[in-house]
Amino acid sequence: MPGIGAGHGGTWTGRTMTGRRRYLRRWIWAALGVLPVAFLSGCSFLGAGPQSADQPHADNARLIWNLFVPIFWLSVVVFVIVEGILLVAVVRFRRRPGQPMPQPIHGNTKLEIAWTLLPALILAVIAVPTISGIATLAQNPGPSAMTIRVIGQQWWWAFEYPDTGVVVADELHVPEGQTVRLELTSRDVIHSFWVPQLAGKQDAVPGRTNFINFKADTPGEYDGQCAEFCGAQHAHMLFRVFVDTPAQFQAWVQSQEKFPATPASGTAAAAGEQLFMSGACIGCHTINGTKAQGTIGPNLTHFGSRTLIAGGVLSNTPQNLEAWIHDAPGIKPGQASAQGASPGHNQIVMPAFPNYTPDQLSQLAAYLESLK
Amino acid sequence: MVQAAVTLEREHYEGSRIWSWITTVDHKRIGILYLMSALVFFLVGGLLALLIRTQLAVPDNTLLGPDTYNQVFTTHGIIMIFLVVMPLNAAFFNYFVPLMIGARDVAFPRMNAFSYWGFLFGSLLLLSSFIIKSAPNDGWFAYANLTTDLYSPGRNMDFYMMGLQVLGIASIAAALNFFVTIVNLRAPGMRLMRMPLFVWMTLITSVLMLLAFPSLTVGLIELMFDRYFGTNFFNPQAGGDPVLWAHLFWIFGHPEVYILILPAFGIISEILPVFARKPLFGYPFMVYSGLSIAFLSFGVWMHHMFTLGVGAVPNSVFATTTMLIAIPTGVKIFNWLGTLWGGSIEINTPLLFSVGFIAMFTIGGISGVMHAAVPVDYWQHNSYFIVAHFHYVLFGGAIMAMMGAIYYWFPKMFGRVLNDKLGQVQFWITLIGFNMTFFPMHFLGVDGMPRRIYTYPPGMGWDFWNFFETIGAYILGVSVMLLAYNIITTLLRGEAAPADPWDGRTLEWSIPSPPPVYNFAVVPSVHSRDAWWEEKQAHGTGAPAHAQPPVRGGAEEGSEGLSIHMPPPSYFPVLVALGLATVGAGMVAQIPVIVGVGMALMVISLYGWAFEPNH
Amino acid sequence: MSQAQATAHAEEEHHTSTGLSHNKILMWAFLASDCMFFGTLIMTYMIYRNRSVTGPYPRDVLNIPYTSVSAAVLLLSSLMMVLALQAIQRGRMREYRVWQLATAGLGLLFLGGQFFEFTEFYRDHGLSLSSNLFGSTFFVLTGFHGTHVGIGIIWLISLVIMSLRGTLTPAQAEKVEIAGLYWHFVDIVWIIIFTVVYLIPY
Repeated sequence: MPGIGAGHGGTWTGRTMTGRRRYLRRWIWAALGVLPVAFLSGCSFLGAGPQSADQPHADNARLIWNLFVPIFWLSVVVFVIVEGILLVAVVRFRRRPGQPMPQPIHGNTKLEIAWTLLPALILAVIAVPTISGIATLAQNPGPSAMTIRVIGQQWWWAFEYPDTGVVVADELHVPEGQTVRLELTSRDVIHSFWVPQLAGKQDAVPGRTNFINFKADTPGEYDGQCAEFCGAQHAHMLFRVFVDTPAQFQAWVQSQEKFPATPASGTAAAAGEQLFMSGACIGCHTINGTKAQGTIGPNLTHFGSRTLIAGGVLSNTPQNLEAWIHDAPGIKPGQASAQGASPGHNQIVMPAFPNYTPDQLSQLAAYLESLK
Repeated sequence: MVQAAVTLEREHYEGSRIWSWITTVDHKRIGILYLMSALVFFLVGGLLALLIRTQLAVPDNTLLGPDTYNQVFTTHGIIMIFLVVMPLNAAFFNYFVPLMIGARDVAFPRMNAFSYWGFLFGSLLLLSSFIIKSAPNDGWFAYANLTTDLYSPGRNMDFYMMGLQVLGIASIAAALNFFVTIVNLRAPGMRLMRMPLFVWMTLITSVLMLLAFPSLTVGLIELMFDRYFGTNFFNPQAGGDPVLWAHLFWIFGHPEVYILILPAFGIISEILPVFARKPLFGYPFMVYSGLSIAFLSFGVWMHHMFTLGVGAVPNSVFATTTMLIAIPTGVKIFNWLGTLWGGSIEINTPLLFSVGFIAMFTIGGISGVMHAAVPVDYWQHNSYFIVAHFHYVLFGGAIMAMMGAIYYWFPKMFGRVLNDKLGQVQFWITLIGFNMTFFPMHFLGVDGMPRRIYTYPPGMGWDFWNFFETIGAYILGVSVMLLAYNIITTLLRGEAAPADPWDGRTLEWSIPSPPPVYNFAVVPSVHSRDAWWEEKQAHGTGAPAHAQPPVRGGAEEGSEGLSIHMPPPSYFPVLVALGLATVGAGMVAQIPVIVGVGMALMVISLYGWAFEPNH
Repeated sequence: MSQAQATAHAEEEHHTSTGLSHNKILMWAFLASDCMFFGTLIMTYMIYRNRSVTGPYPRDVLNIPYTSVSAAVLLLSSLMMVLALQAIQRGRMREYRVWQLATAGLGLLFLGGQFFEFTEFYRDHGLSLSSNLFGSTFFVLTGFHGTHVGIGIIWLISLVIMSLRGTLTPAQAEKVEIAGLYWHFVDIVWIIIFTVVYLIPY
């Protein structure tokens, strides 16, 4: 048979071959040793991103990462052994001209037992922390934890604080050093709540309630996004978690509990309020202390205090807001088709309002931005 | 004898060439049909993959809108699983299982034809959705209740439902056929524990298909009733539970993973001994580990659902079973290493792909154990880490093995040897492109990139690796083009293949390339594992393979003349399949008349089939 | 291919590795698959028990005595099937046709009873596919069972017609045996459905 084995192997003879083979083998093991290092550096290549799971900042995410690291190193050992034997076998036992027929070995029961038991042992070692980890993460932290209801819907997240009655969208505030218990559910299809640096993901399933418990330990902003495919704009169902110091958090809650100030008459904001209250807006949105009590869209009571709008896709600037009101389906395309699904049902997304003039749009934006 | 064979060939292939292919019931021709269809679909699926990678090459890309992207990633998955890997498996089942067990055909040749045409028409039904720009768009897993008419009002998911239903029926028919063939059509002496491992894996795969597909069938029926007749199976407002779909889908879906990969295990177990010139190491353990993988595969489905909130106890149980299934898989890998060790390994394209398979599949297996650790899965689930994992299993695993199988068996199927130099170049390009495309997905998973997103903002740390992967994907595209070029040029003017080009071990190499219609002039008697190899050893080591008589056992029948009963061609299988697909099309279009016509065609053809004389 | 070609090697053609015919193994394998099919439908029913948010509920509509009778009818048809098989195996074709038609007739009676029962559920209680989860699961489960019975009836009647035309002879009694396997399976499935849906109290 024509094979390249003959062509190459022919020149290797005697001691030189052995020497070269040994050299080659050393090279293989070295290459295999470099790979895991490359893996680890690959993860952090170009810097850790805002959703990197290797930067845990809460007990939940830390448990996950601390479980992963030893499994990773065990995997490296298995990887190096298997790939090493494979490469050595292929290099060492390649066919050479004039070679006699190899021994027809049919198997070895002792070896079979060994390589059944050894993986079983490794897996048992992994199984123990796995199951204890499941139990830890599933444990109800009890009444000391702060409960927050998280409601997924196409394509944004609502957060409700039952203790204080605060309702917000796109942005979740939690206090540092206190365990919070998220109660996840969905208003339409299955979503998944995932903020990698704080906690593992759990799905928000309509008709069910799932839980995530975590205690954040570093104040800061953490990005998250929906992790279960939920339709056209699944990619744009983002949110941000603010881990506040306890004092900051108290201040935030107090500001959220208050009704927003009514804009002074004659200002653009007042004109915007007029537009808002007389238009379609109040059908879907709530602003506490006003007649706007719709529950379909995000609660806008303290809209001006948020950094993100439109399901976390845009930063909260008057320009972005005007563009969003003017043509939301243009910014998150695919919404229009979903809108036609079933009129009257709660699966309705922000429609376009092409009839507002630029002045009216800026008035509306001025009003909403004034809601601090 | 030769004269008789020639007559038979002519009899068998009478009529126009195309008609003879349409009405064929010859397992080898059906195998070729499966192979060619699957390769064409592979190009389609690969093109969609390039679209995905092009869209994700840079952040905030607007090449594909969300509607298009969701259709593209969904159909990419469906095509690669149902229209590429499964039919590639079916191609090799068809062509080689009867040859390996010393049979003249499968047990039910016409049902075999029906399976192929059902597969083809089902695939075309599914892909016709692109014509009206309504391809399935809720992922291949199609989680309810996103798929109900309320949230997916278009025709998209109707194509998914009916297409998969038709494909499922064709698959169950094929599985029944191979089960009976292997159980009942083995040559004398071909005991179960003498069967080539590929045959064993086919048998196990068939059982898995028989037992796993009904769960998908029921899930699709329930979805169909929800969408068409207003039932409430997946409607949370009426007490229905979307999680039920997840259960039904994955009770099918996880065995399906083994339906995809077990035939690859079988192929590797055939190729390695041939090119290492050593018998398969630990044959009985390879069989038992295959059986235990199949058994366990029905007890691991919930590891796809760890984050769905099924509870801590089920999660713990299914984490354990998932880790258990790694043990028989490991046994297989070690036995392959044992087969290579101490051998006389000829480095050529099939061997390289097999070694590549072991190397890449090991990576996929290891990362699989990582997400068996449930808390780790809370992070990795639905991230690009998972995308990396299953591409290492399905591309690095199944597709690599399929490419190896194509190079290995092509001479037998077409009587021509694929260009080995080009094949080796293709292997290295595949390996490099594959790892460039999929290894960095582990990094993206670590960096928190979820899957199934049509675009992503800059500043997430995802830009570099995404662009890098896209380059890798195009390199992979080049490798597929090379394979296509190699196949086409070889078919046109390739080197003619002898009967036994690799010094093979199993019965298919004992007969001419390509084999005559009846395969074996005399049904062979089998006395050991590696039947053909042992026979060659008994005839003296010096005897070159192609010098053996093309048909084993001699012509004791002698002067009486050799008249072998082969099943006649039939057009009823095509018509039944056409009727079935027409019913599906009518359901998608929601036009009762079309459904009725399809039904009538199916029933009438079934009766014609049942009463067709001379089978 | 011509008839002449299709001769010879009869013993070779009929050789099978297990000694059983292909068709019989095919039927057993199919029934294994069908077990999973009904198993899944029955599991769906059981998972959704007590989850309907509105009536009518099973206790409002199910009439156990009535369905017990129709279940008995179906069981009786299995007995007829056994007698039919015995008759054809002993070469008594006329007797075979009687028992076989009785099997199909009892199957038809069962289907008729089910049809009547379902219309009553719909007319008197408003139970439909879309009324609630109970309706969805109940009708889909029993509907697919009924479809199986219907296919079986067509099959059995076809066998009787074949026997009249002389294409079914005692030598092919196995065809009846295989149809019988299917028929008994469908009966057993009904016993399970009857137990799960009707007898297990809520």
